[in-house]
Amino acid sequence: DFNERCAQCSEVNWGLTDGGRFYCRSCHNVTERTREVVNTDFISNTRIQTISKGLRKQEKPDGGCEWYVCEGFQLVLKKQAEALEALGVCPQMKDEILCNFWRRYLQKSKQAYCNRPAGETVKALSVCDSSTDVESEPERPSLLHLSLSESEGDLQTDCSFASSTSRVSESTSVCSGSVDGSLYLMKNQREKLRMTMPMTLSFCYMALLWLREPMTLSDLLRFVVEGHIPYLNVFQHFPEKMKLCGLDLKIFCVESWPVYEEVYNKMLELAAFLDLPRFPDITDSCFLHPDMLCMKYLMEANLPDELHNWTCRVVKKICIGEADFLTLVPGNKSTRNVKYDVLAAAVIVVVLKLLFLLDDHYEWLLSDFAEESNKNNKEGGPYFAFKKWYKVIKCSLDVEQKKLDEERAKYLWRCEKPLFYSAKKKSKVLKRRQMVVSLQDQFGKLSGSVQPAEKPKPSSFQLSWSEENTDGSCFHGHSLKGILQEKCGLLTAMNPAYWLCTVKLCTEKLCGHLAHYREVDFPQSYHFVLRLFSFLLRIQPSYIHDEVCVIEHKLFNKKLCKKSKYNTRLRK
Amino acid sequence: SSHEHKLNFKKSKEVCLSYIQDAMLQKQWKRAAEFLTFYVESLEKDFSTQYMGPSETIWRIGTEILCHHSYSSMKEFNSFTEQMKTLGVKRYLKVCLEHAFHLLCNGLIDEAYQNLSLAESWRFGEQTAIQDKEMKLIQAYRGLLDYYSWSKQKTILLEHGQDGFEDLSVEQEMHSYFRKAAVNLKEIIKIPGVWDLFVKCYVDLLEFYGDHNEARQVLNEYAYNSKFPANPNAHVYLYQFLKRHGESKKSLVSALKILHDIVPSHELMIDFNTMLQKSKKRKKRRLGLEVIFAALDYAGWKENVKAWSCLARQVKQIVISEKPLDWIKQEWNSRKDWWPAFHFSRYLAKRNWQENESLSYEKALVAGILLGKDCKYFKYVSHQGCKAQVKRFRILKKFVNKHNPVYLRISG
Repeated sequence: DFNERCAQCSEVNWGLTDGGRFYCRSCHNVTERTREVVNTDFISNTRIQTISKGLRKQEKPDGGCEWYVCEGFQLVLKKQAEALEALGVCPQMKDEILCNFWRRYLQKSKQAYCNRPAGETVKALSVCDSSTDVESEPERPSLLHLSLSESEGDLQTDCSFASSTSRVSESTSVCSGSVDGSLYLMKNQREKLRMTMPMTLSFCYMALLWLREPMTLSDLLRFVVEGHIPYLNVFQHFPEKMKLCGLDLKIFCVESWPVYEEVYNKMLELAAFLDLPRFPDITDSCFLHPDMLCMKYLMEANLPDELHNWTCRVVKKICIGEADFLTLVPGNKSTRNVKYDVLAAAVIVVVLKLLFLLDDHYEWLLSDFAEESNKNNKEGGPYFAFKKWYKVIKCSLDVEQKKLDEERAKYLWRCEKPLFYSAKKKSKVLKRRQMVVSLQDQFGKLSGSVQPAEKPKPSSFQLSWSEENTDGSCFHGHSLKGILQEKCGLLTAMNPAYWLCTVKLCTEKLCGHLAHYREVDFPQSYHFVLRLFSFLLRIQPSYIHDEVCVIEHKLFNKKLCKKSKYNTRLRK
Repeated sequence: SSHEHKLNFKKSKEVCLSYIQDAMLQKQWKRAAEFLTFYVESLEKDFSTQYMGPSETIWRIGTEILCHHSYSSMKEFNSFTEQMKTLGVKRYLKVCLEHAFHLLCNGLIDEAYQNLSLAESWRFGEQTAIQDKEMKLIQAYRGLLDYYSWSKQKTILLEHGQDGFEDLSVEQEMHSYFRKAAVNLKEIIKIPGVWDLFVKCYVDLLEFYGDHNEARQVLNEYAYNSKFPANPNAHVYLYQFLKRHGESKKSLVSALKILHDIVPSHELMIDFNTMLQKSKKRKKRRLGLEVIFAALDYAGWKENVKAWSCLARQVKQIVISEKPLDWIKQEWNSRKDWWPAFHFSRYLAKRNWQENESLSYEKALVAGILLGKDCKYFKYVSHQGCKAQVKRFRILKKFVNKHNPVYLRISG
């Protein structure tokens, strides 16, 4: 704390101005000394702090302050991390991993934390606490390596960067509330990987992946869409002083939901850009491992537990359960990057094809046999009948899909804090908002329904089935006996045939896909199964189909190499 | 079904709109209102460059819902419509006009009048000129309401007159409404269009004040000016006016001739035929036959006794005088392939006889002449008629039998 005597009145009675300077409470003398304390508004505000020393102007007449675009994103990330923590993600994600990734990003993209001519040496940022529980997880590479080897601290930011903005800021302050809004959009930031709103989710996912948290990318995106993680209208949480207008809107306002592919690919780009080392290994005790995820999805899809043996067998056979295959190595273009959720879903689809063929014929035949057996044999567990499962799932799926479609139609994109491009438009925007609220009120009364006050609680499972249901709608405990046979001591499927989704994989580089899925080209049962997982993961069926093709090609690799003439139906 | 996983603002609102439309088509007003609640935020311009233009949609949908929803009131409707007026200046007058219509439909005439007056005084730069058409309509409807007030005053005045009262103030008011109404009505009917109601009211005003010339001119313009769309009613109004004022047959006939050309099935065709049959001129009588045959080509006339009796009378006359049979032959030529099944089937014979004896009588006469005494229709009806010992049917039978050779000459 500051204990010097005041130059004017010799009292020791200090307070802090909004700008962070000490002033004497007795005589109101303002000093040049500032308080070097971490502002709780930002994860790390050393940058802001030093800006306030010299470069930052006095507060603007409208009560706003100067702020940079990256500060905005920093806030967004903080909010998202807090939300994730509330969902049960470990606090390390926010306090260490994410913030370090972010700092590294700022450094690499030369927005902060980098060498400047007038730099002073700084204390190296201490990164990990000793609070990590090292026993349960294999050794993580030390994050100290991530810390900044360059100087940091008394950041008057990259001088050249700052001075250029201050030159421009006079003319561009009209076009954006942030100082560098227009610059941000103008500059060709390709090499520097310009930050965008979808990219915040890439950051989050990257951090989750580093920590091997039990949340897949599809889970994350679903939570975003359901409103549990700030994304849409996140600028509402910006402090009053950070005024958004003009081009800021282009940067911070989203008009569409994040797309899986986009977020995923950006994450890979980001990991490479940040020069991250190999991520912590995904082993078979991790949630993201196909064995685990398959179990979860089997439960959610109301399929028999016994199928899990089969998914594990497939995983083992094609070696996709190995840490080397599953673990992300940034920048390594030769390995195909793994989408854990899609992979697990695809494995299940392949297993269903192995056991039930899914040619719109055989699976119904098997069902009939199973149901016959069930009639005659009341003891012991029931045999799994595809037909019955199909009916139950279709019913639920249709209901849920209908609900989802209606929810999508009812999305509210605007929030109470209206935004406007310029001060001129402000009054018009506010009037419109008023009218919209009034119309919502008027017709809301006529709709007769009470608006649900709370969001539904986030849950990892969208469909749940309980064995306590007496209507027999839960299939977890059903047995696969009816469709298996023993051969040479091994359990194999009675189904002797298999059809490949595609004989030849496309070149991803040319058309962006490995296969092209058209509903009409495939059996309806197959489409149904794809549709189920497409709903659960909130992605297009074609993504899962692509993955299924890849797995099949690995599984039947030898037979494919033989280049047999009749290559659509193979004997196993 | 394809589930679009990439959802953006525009698509989301499109989907919402389709839900609204579905609900409206199924008359589920609560559900429509519910989804409209989520749709209205499309008024807040999004940040993309694509313009969605939802304000007109919202106005129309909202109006529909408020009209049909059981819990909505006039007050709510008014408040909603006022908001819609502020939404788009390009649509301002249109909304005002529709608002006025709605008020009128709900019997709120005074409010409608106020609305129209207010709208009339609206000025907004070049928009005023652009929305000139709507402005004229607003003035016209206000004029119409003025006519309505005039009419009320007139009724009061006449009543008082009967009672022996002299009411100067009522008379003055009446005249002032007349002036206001006349000015506006006159303006709108200058513009080519369909203005039946306005024309009728304006003519009524003119007639009351004795300005028959102006009235005739207006009606002529309305009927004969080629710039105006072909409108059968225009000719009807003109005919009725001419008839009221005892104009010559010639002018009446020429008015109705055009009507016959445009709408051969018009109900005035009976009057027309009656008029023409009586004429001394051959051409006119010939036309009369043509007119009545043409009218009976239409299903709506199938059971019209009067029409059939006109035709029967004329045919009978021609047959008796034995000239000019050619006329019948000409008219029958194009009809002999389908009139038998259309008018003279055995089924119709039975039905007509059961339901309407006079109809069957007239028709039987025509059938007997055109198709001969052996045709199904005539045979059945005349047999039934004679069996029932109705005198005229016996006479009919004799008549047709006597003139059967005529049939042979017609059909040959």
